[in-house]
Amino acid sequence: MRHTISVLVENKFGVLTRVAGLFSGRGYNIDTLNVGPTEDPETSRMTIVTRGDDATLEQIVKQLQKLANVLKVQDYGAEDYIDRELVMIKVAVDSKSRSEVMQITDIFRAKIVDVQPTSLTIEVTGNESKVEKFLDLMKTFGVLDLTRTGKVALPREKAHAAQNLAQ
Amino acid sequence: MVSDKKAAASPTRPEVGPAMSGSEILIACLEREGVEAIFAYPGGASMEFHQALTRSTIRTILPRHEQGGSFAAEGYARATGRAGVCMATSGPGATNLVTGIADAFMDSIPLVVVTGQVPQAMIGKGGFQETDFFGMTLPIVKHSYLVTDVNDIPRVIKEAFYIAQSGRPGPVVVDVPKNIQQARTQPVFPRELNLRGYGADRRATDVELNEILGLIAKAERPVLYVGGGVISGNASEALRQFAERLQIPVTTTIMGCGAFPETHPLSLRWLGMHGTAYANWAVSGEFPPKSEQTDPPQKIAQGADLLLAFGVRFDDRVTGNVAKFCETGTIVHIDIDPSEINKNKPANLPIVSDIKFALESLNAILDRQPLVRDFSAWHQQIAAWKAKAPLSYRVTQEVVTSQHMQDHLAGKESEVILPQMAIEMLYELTKGDAIITTGVGQHQMWAAQYYQYKFPRQLLTSAGLGAMGYGYPAALGAKVACPDRQVIDIDGDGSFLMNVQELATAHIEKIAAKVMILNNQHLGMVVQWEDRFYQGNRGNTYLGDPENMKQIYPDYITIAKGFNVPAERVMFKKDLRAALQRMLDSDQPYLLDIIVPYTEHVLPFIPANRSVAEMIWKA
Repeated sequence: MRHTISVLVENKFGVLTRVAGLFSGRGYNIDTLNVGPTEDPETSRMTIVTRGDDATLEQIVKQLQKLANVLKVQDYGAEDYIDRELVMIKVAVDSKSRSEVMQITDIFRAKIVDVQPTSLTIEVTGNESKVEKFLDLMKTFGVLDLTRTGKVALPREKAHAAQNLAQ
Repeated sequence: MVSDKKAAASPTRPEVGPAMSGSEILIACLEREGVEAIFAYPGGASMEFHQALTRSTIRTILPRHEQGGSFAAEGYARATGRAGVCMATSGPGATNLVTGIADAFMDSIPLVVVTGQVPQAMIGKGGFQETDFFGMTLPIVKHSYLVTDVNDIPRVIKEAFYIAQSGRPGPVVVDVPKNIQQARTQPVFPRELNLRGYGADRRATDVELNEILGLIAKAERPVLYVGGGVISGNASEALRQFAERLQIPVTTTIMGCGAFPETHPLSLRWLGMHGTAYANWAVSGEFPPKSEQTDPPQKIAQGADLLLAFGVRFDDRVTGNVAKFCETGTIVHIDIDPSEINKNKPANLPIVSDIKFALESLNAILDRQPLVRDFSAWHQQIAAWKAKAPLSYRVTQEVVTSQHMQDHLAGKESEVILPQMAIEMLYELTKGDAIITTGVGQHQMWAAQYYQYKFPRQLLTSAGLGAMGYGYPAALGAKVACPDRQVIDIDGDGSFLMNVQELATAHIEKIAAKVMILNNQHLGMVVQWEDRFYQGNRGNTYLGDPENMKQIYPDYITIAKGFNVPAERVMFKKDLRAALQRMLDSDQPYLLDIIVPYTEHVLPFIPANRSVAEMIWKA
């Protein structure tokens, strides 16, 4: 089963290697890994998408918590969370297909960021199903290049959401 | 709130020292941590530390190989519970420490490892004696540091000792580039730590503890299965009270030997692959000997219905086939490390706690609400098992007529010394009071079987990693920590040779640790597996000289002489007692080379990944 894990870490030397090494050293898989600073410059948040049964996930979370530079680990498996991924994709186009690609881009509220005679570079942001669907559609035109950030995620804070509604 | 802060400020105000070099600051930090001895081998990138050590009160012990230094630091740590400290230069000096660090990691031993690194400007350039030691040791450390600012040294060292010694102990590496060692600053020694991501204090709740007592109230056949956690958690006394009060039999892991006195009537000794038959039966039930077995094997007596697993990690050498281990019992697992819970064996009642806190709390609850149980039927069953399958050995015809014994004993084969015999006699002569270290292999198992451990930190052995060459340097470390105790390395000829150079350390530093080599001229444990699983085909397991098999090779007596360490060889049973006594009476390091047959197998024996049903226990 796929899980999205959020790992809040101290911004210290070697933290990324420590976390990545924990996965490789114990035979766990990483599907995607994203890391960047949070609102506190001394901490970073890693979002890791990984696979495994319940026992494996339990171990992954506990082993991460054991690292001295790890402040907090959340397995979003069962929780309500918001996730986004950003993908940049370079699609082969000619005079005939260009407008069709632009139409699909429009429907997905994606953005064309570069136009060349034989290609379009498109930026698409969204949750997993939206991004996957878009990429699927682009395959028929010919994908020349692609890069993705991997998933970033935050929990949906229920109490806050309710407060916001009340206001 | 404001007044609270003010009140707290004065005793915790950091101490500011005079301007010093980074290396001097680091040594000053070690002094503040109460370090008495450091095992350190100098080199280009660590000589600054040694210069500072010449002006320190810390005793610097020069091992003759960095691996010896790391094992000695571990021996010191295992004997005292305080962090052992070792040091080496960059590159090869550091890589030679890796086995010791891995060993400390596997056995949860507090170790602070300081290494020199090439100057920061040279890092990544492939400079002389450069290795990425921080990167190299990541999978085998509890935590590690590459110091990049001289002002960080006091905080880093304080954190290193705290992390190494608290919670589940382990090794911490501190890598210091040479330019940081040479940089000068006014050090600020903190009194408090701020480790946001590290929590070591874990305590069971009353609800959890009462649940344990509830399970005991319903149990008919409880067993305590305790490990190294009880020793590192200083919980032996609390364990003894708990076991005695409820009359629950106790088996330990090898790491737990001495956590509960093995001479105690409730002791089942240790369990697992080469543990006692009765301990294994008490946990998983009794099965008929393999030769008489039906398929599938029929259990002839029930094992534990409640297993109290305290400070253990269900290691494969203990459990064998983990699914069959205590298959029908309820398992309570207490460990301070949450990641050990449900890792190898799911627990019915998992509790994350400091074990001393848990046991003392249980005892306190029992003070208030006594729990009276009668386990006499269970005790009778265990007594029957103990009578049926005690640890035993005998001189077989096979041994007496073996070519090996004919070669070496030349007509006096009936005077053969079995390794088990020698250890039993050592136990008798030392009245069970010596600290024992071991190498790895058959002799290690026999040292654990035929010496009975009465107190914690008495058996120092490389259990998890199984690092040959551990015994003698570890004995040096233990003797430095406990100069008034008899410290004896029971070693194999293969293991001992791996760190034989430490005889120099012993002589020069006047560390009177003794070694008793059970010399069978073979790698005995691998030979045993060859005999059992490979039709006795020898694959590089003979350590003697194939061109002259009648000679004992190498000649440890001559080697010891070269190191100025007194030594003697004993071949015959009639000479053994006096020879052991001379070893014990020596006020210097001493080597006793005991010639033994290689044909002995360690029994009982549960082959790897098998269950107790397949235990071989009849010789």
